[in-house]
Amino acid sequence: MKFEGTSSYIATEDLKVAVNAAITLERPIIVKGEPGTGKTMLAHEVAQSLGAEIITWHIKSTTKAQQGLYEYDAVTRLRDSQLGDEKVKDIKNYISKGKLWNAFESNKRPVLLIDEIDKADIEFPNDLLLELDKMEFFVYETGETIKAENRPIVIITSNNEKELPDAFLRRCFFHYIKFPDPDTMEEIVNVHYPEIKKDLIQEAFKIFYDIREVPGIKKKPSTSELIDWLKLLMTDDVDAKILREKDPKKLIPPLHGALLKNEQDVHLFERLAFISRRENENLE
Amino acid sequence: MFINFFFDLKQASLPVSLKEYLMLMEAMNKRVVDSFNVNDFYYLSRSALVKDERYLDKFDRVFGHSFKGLENSEGETEKEIPEEWLKLMGQKYLTDEEKKMVESLGGWDKLMETLKQRLEEQKKRHQGGSKWIGTGGTSPFGAYGYNPEGIRIGQKESRNKKAVKVWDKREFSNLDGDVELGTRNIKVALRRLRKFAREGVETELDLDNTIRSTAHKGYIDVKMMPERRNKIKVLLFFDVGGSMDAHVKICEELFSAARTEFKHMEYFYYHNCLYDAVWKDNKRRYNENIKTWDLLHKYPSDYKVIFVGDAEMSPYEITYPGGSVEFWNEESGETWLTRLLNIYENAIWLNPIPERYWDRISSASIIKQIFSDRMFPLTIEGIDQAMRELNK
Repeated sequence: MKFEGTSSYIATEDLKVAVNAAITLERPIIVKGEPGTGKTMLAHEVAQSLGAEIITWHIKSTTKAQQGLYEYDAVTRLRDSQLGDEKVKDIKNYISKGKLWNAFESNKRPVLLIDEIDKADIEFPNDLLLELDKMEFFVYETGETIKAENRPIVIITSNNEKELPDAFLRRCFFHYIKFPDPDTMEEIVNVHYPEIKKDLIQEAFKIFYDIREVPGIKKKPSTSELIDWLKLLMTDDVDAKILREKDPKKLIPPLHGALLKNEQDVHLFERLAFISRRENENLE
Repeated sequence: MFINFFFDLKQASLPVSLKEYLMLMEAMNKRVVDSFNVNDFYYLSRSALVKDERYLDKFDRVFGHSFKGLENSEGETEKEIPEEWLKLMGQKYLTDEEKKMVESLGGWDKLMETLKQRLEEQKKRHQGGSKWIGTGGTSPFGAYGYNPEGIRIGQKESRNKKAVKVWDKREFSNLDGDVELGTRNIKVALRRLRKFAREGVETELDLDNTIRSTAHKGYIDVKMMPERRNKIKVLLFFDVGGSMDAHVKICEELFSAARTEFKHMEYFYYHNCLYDAVWKDNKRRYNENIKTWDLLHKYPSDYKVIFVGDAEMSPYEITYPGGSVEFWNEESGETWLTRLLNIYENAIWLNPIPERYWDRISSASIIKQIFSDRMFPLTIEGIDQAMRELNK
């Protein structure tokens, strides 16, 4: 089993090494990076390229570790007992399996994506330490131990909202997806829009990386925003010439709403555009 | 064979543990990377040993040092000091008098020579990590108050781009934790200040209580309870304008972190010291200010108070009536601060200026005294301590 990237996902060399290490050593891998650099996509692509089933567990602020294992529905059972339901005799009827259980049961090695682990409570990763390490857990209600037949490939994404505990990190591989350089970015765009015009890309990239460099910008546009923007440019059939427009009056790129996602950034950009326009006029 | 590398990492105070080292060994043993390619080994060891992007840069530096000469480089990357540049910088910042002193020391060339040497020495001592020329006491640069901070001498300027190794590119240099202090870290630090309580609408099922009550009564008796919430209440006071302009970014970060962390939070602005009024909107501070007396009456004493400011002013602005630089204050800043501290038992002052300078700023010492030493630096560590203090 080896991950080599797919036709729809450009994986850098270091990412491949990290993923393959995690696959071979059967240990979780934590993927961090700016929002929109393809962290969640990675799990789907790994699953696709290995032909494995993907099980996703989206974490919310209210998610508890136990929910990933199983949940015992005591209230329903209590109600059933009052109604004299036959089901009540077997406690198994009231245990619903969580994502981890599903992953452990799978007869082919699945990919388990634990998405945005940082959203949960700060103790959440600690509660999963043993389960992810040994890939087994104990069900108190039935007294059985659930052990993974095939240790799933665990991919964990984090957006850095909370720091993860050291003990948890020590058991995982780690990869930080850095923001792609223009060359990699071009590959990525080609994968998404093979028919896009070359000159449009060049001009769009220039604007995109320029915006990212603007000092003081609050939310830097990322890969997914670039992809969206290019899509808009293509559907609107914007010509590369317009992007190349040096006319100072049109310094704000067309359809900028896809790139700048907050009001302050738009204001900032407008102000900078205004200043550079004035400077240009002075030069002339 | 990599044990030295491991200890180098430890020495550079990277948080690596034996478990991770063994993991790396296991990965090597299982041939995760097939070839004996040093690049692949770099990627693998990075993935196994570094668990936080803040340490990536440090790791790159240690790796570069530990495995120096291993790679088949196409010529050593030389480190040239962009002499012209330094000269230009010097001319820009040095006064004529200082330039003369430079001359007396043997002129620019001599000085550059010394600088080069020093850089070389530093490189050997600190794993090639000294990208910054120190301003330490021995450096002829420091003596003149000419601080070459900001001049980057390193890979970026080196000529032979081809031979730059992956780790030597140091792409992660701006992620180093010592440099950056993001809202996430502040949030984690603010998290110390939590006091959970169940109050308000009963929305959650209280399972334990339901079972107990059901067993007791003989029929299902569902009990509910309110959601658990952080009930800490905070008053935040921000110093704005003047010397605080330099600290705007960190204050913004603290503010945004505090706003998401505390449900009950009120913020106010003041200038230099607390007097008889504060305001909530800097644009309309003269029309829409809030009397400090109203504030003291409005918020009960279980609020925690956090002051943010550099406490850098003339001592008169604190101790004398009429000392304020902006208007005639009937009562001194000290009176107002003491009044506030008498009501709110839990109050602290966060200062963006590094702690070591506080003693030299007399106004800062006075305020520190008024706050009975509860002044903390505005760093992650400082916030952490401050929150502990507030929790007492």
